[in-house]
Amino acid sequence: MTSILTADGTPLKDSLYKAEKGRRVKAFLLVAPLLLFVLVSFVFPIFEMLFRSVDNPVLAKNLPLTIEKLQKWEGTNLPDQETFTLVAKELLIARENSKVGKIAARLNFEAGGMRSMINKTVRKVRKYKGNDYKKALIQFDKRWGKVVTWKVLKRIGQRYTGVQYLAALDLKVNADNTIGFQSEDRRIYVKIFLRTIWVSFLVTIFCLILAYPVSFLLATLPLRISNLLLIMVLLPFWTSLLVRTTSWIVLLQRNGVVNDILVALNIISEDGRIQMIYNQTGTLIAMTQILLPFMILPLYSVMKTISPSYMRAARSLGASPLKAFVRVYMPQTTPGIGAGCLLVFILSIGYYITPALVGGRSGQLISNFIAYHMKSSLNWGLAAALGTILLFAVLILYYLYNKIIGIDKMKLG
Amino acid sequence: MNISHQTLVEFINVQKTYDGTELVIKNLNLTIQKGEFLTLLGPSGSGKTTCLMMLAGFETPTHGKIMLGGVELNNVPPHKRGIGMVFQNYALFPHMSVFENLAFPLEVRKFKANAVKAKVEKVLKMVELVQFGSRRPAQLSGGQQQRVALARALVFEPDLVLMDEPLGALDKKLREQMQYEIKHIHENLGMTVVYVTHDQTEALTMSDRIAVFNDGIIQQLAPPNVLYEKPENAFVAEFIGENNRLQGTIKEVEGASCLVAVEDHLISATNVHERQKGSSVILSVRPERIILNPKVGIDMNIFEAEVLELIYLGDHIRCRMGICKSDNFIVKIPNDHTNDPLNKGDVVKIGWQVTDCRALIVM
Repeated sequence: MTSILTADGTPLKDSLYKAEKGRRVKAFLLVAPLLLFVLVSFVFPIFEMLFRSVDNPVLAKNLPLTIEKLQKWEGTNLPDQETFTLVAKELLIARENSKVGKIAARLNFEAGGMRSMINKTVRKVRKYKGNDYKKALIQFDKRWGKVVTWKVLKRIGQRYTGVQYLAALDLKVNADNTIGFQSEDRRIYVKIFLRTIWVSFLVTIFCLILAYPVSFLLATLPLRISNLLLIMVLLPFWTSLLVRTTSWIVLLQRNGVVNDILVALNIISEDGRIQMIYNQTGTLIAMTQILLPFMILPLYSVMKTISPSYMRAARSLGASPLKAFVRVYMPQTTPGIGAGCLLVFILSIGYYITPALVGGRSGQLISNFIAYHMKSSLNWGLAAALGTILLFAVLILYYLYNKIIGIDKMKLG
Repeated sequence: MNISHQTLVEFINVQKTYDGTELVIKNLNLTIQKGEFLTLLGPSGSGKTTCLMMLAGFETPTHGKIMLGGVELNNVPPHKRGIGMVFQNYALFPHMSVFENLAFPLEVRKFKANAVKAKVEKVLKMVELVQFGSRRPAQLSGGQQQRVALARALVFEPDLVLMDEPLGALDKKLREQMQYEIKHIHENLGMTVVYVTHDQTEALTMSDRIAVFNDGIIQQLAPPNVLYEKPENAFVAEFIGENNRLQGTIKEVEGASCLVAVEDHLISATNVHERQKGSSVILSVRPERIILNPKVGIDMNIFEAEVLELIYLGDHIRCRMGICKSDNFIVKIPNDHTNDPLNKGDVVKIGWQVTDCRALIVM
């Protein structure tokens, strides 16, 4: 294809580019502050998290020579004398840099009891004056004499590892380097992931069931009344999340308002008070209420654009009110249903505060465990791996939504 | 036309109010014949759409009865009335293809799949959209959407089809074309049509009878030619076609005609409402009935008028003249070889026949 030229002979595309350049620069400058903010506070932390989930620096940095040596070790017999010497020397160096605690903690995540082994060894090596470190170490702690210990050391020594992902999925690397399930009592995360998805799914369904009639009412009532109702929908939305969650505690607890009323009405007996909070029920009730506006608003915005003449047309063509609603009205609300469900599901899959406050033991979701590993156990690698899995779950959802409904049809408020 | 003298629809003493203080429809009595094309014409807010919505079942009359084929409709829900309807914005279901839209009324009536297919194809052929069956309404032009809406209202072969300003969204040329098409479809199928519009040309083109609405009352119900040539009151005269109005009082009554004093002139006019001497009337003369340089005759009013403005409109020249102290007297001069060209400021003789000048009561 030959390019079209302007009157003075420059290609049309070039002069278009030049003519639009000023506008483009201006547009870019307008979004630049936000772009910078998003980069610093969102994109960078996400990459940081992705990196942390595979990053494994403790041993590789503090016992570099030992780890290098172990790479060449084939893993059938105990390593040679030189390796033992290296471990002992490097542990002493680590002690001077006060890194022993870190090494011990990292190893302890992998195999219980290794913390004490390392600490004991360091203590004794300091006083050891001889040269036969192999014999000495095995004497200090007989675990040094087992091939498995060295295998753990070799594995944890890898600079980058997928081991956190295995842990996040209740898997582990066995002593013989095969992948297997964690022991029964240590399998928690898959269960929590499934529970999170199940709770999110239920919250989404409850929100949809509750929001659909409300949105329909909002969309069909005269503007004056619907605006008032919309404010009532938004009012809790503007109230602090904590306030709303704690009000649910007041309402739902064993001696709370709801139980009191039920007892007063003789529906339940005094000792039959229902446990509605500090369990999954509490999480479900509170999250449904809190996320309801996220369902109502997209639904309402879609329904508002559906002209009443569609229903009238369907009726005049012979459809009963129910049939007209199901065949003509509801299909036109699918963009709203899709957007609302996606929004509520994605929000609830990562919900933290509400389950933490009202969830008790059975209502804890995956985000609570991520927080636990961030704040209490300080196993950031595992927290990052759990977070990354969550992130990809959301991306997959988004992808499916785009495939099935189309993201361009999404309407949010 | 295939109008039988069989009544299909009857409005009996129908009144309608939305707020309980103001009547939108004031005591409507209207009979619609089977096979007739009846247009409800009027300005917005005149009650014509309310009337249609009551017939379709989307509004209920506050008082009175609506009968369809001898059955009282008041408590029959819309979907059991069997009335086809074309909406102003077409109301084609956006999530269904053209074919599905047309099949909808048949499917809810539980027609067999092959009967549905045959009927839809037939009606698609009628509106010349055979190859568009699989498209979505959004992929059609305005005119095509309009045809689909029409086809959908006709596909289940209703006796009565209601149309609520169906051509309002189309451009002028397409609108005219659709007017003829709707007219021809009506002639071929012979269903009864009640058509709502505020466009008088549309009403005149298609209707067997036109009901002119204003203020919740039918001002006149008549065939198009009667409505245009013999408007019964000033509103109808003003609303249908163009119209020169002169206000005056009756000085003398002579049989069917009268002599009206307008400022310092005396004009003979047809005394439409047989008003008494001394009553005030509005004289109505159509601009195209005014003759330039008329020959003197007994039934002729002849005056001198000054040319104030000339507008060239191709097929005719529109001339604003000053007469009887009115400076807004319009004369349409045919653009042919019989008339000498006029100039602004000329004083010419104009005239019109007594039968073309109607003395109407003031509304």
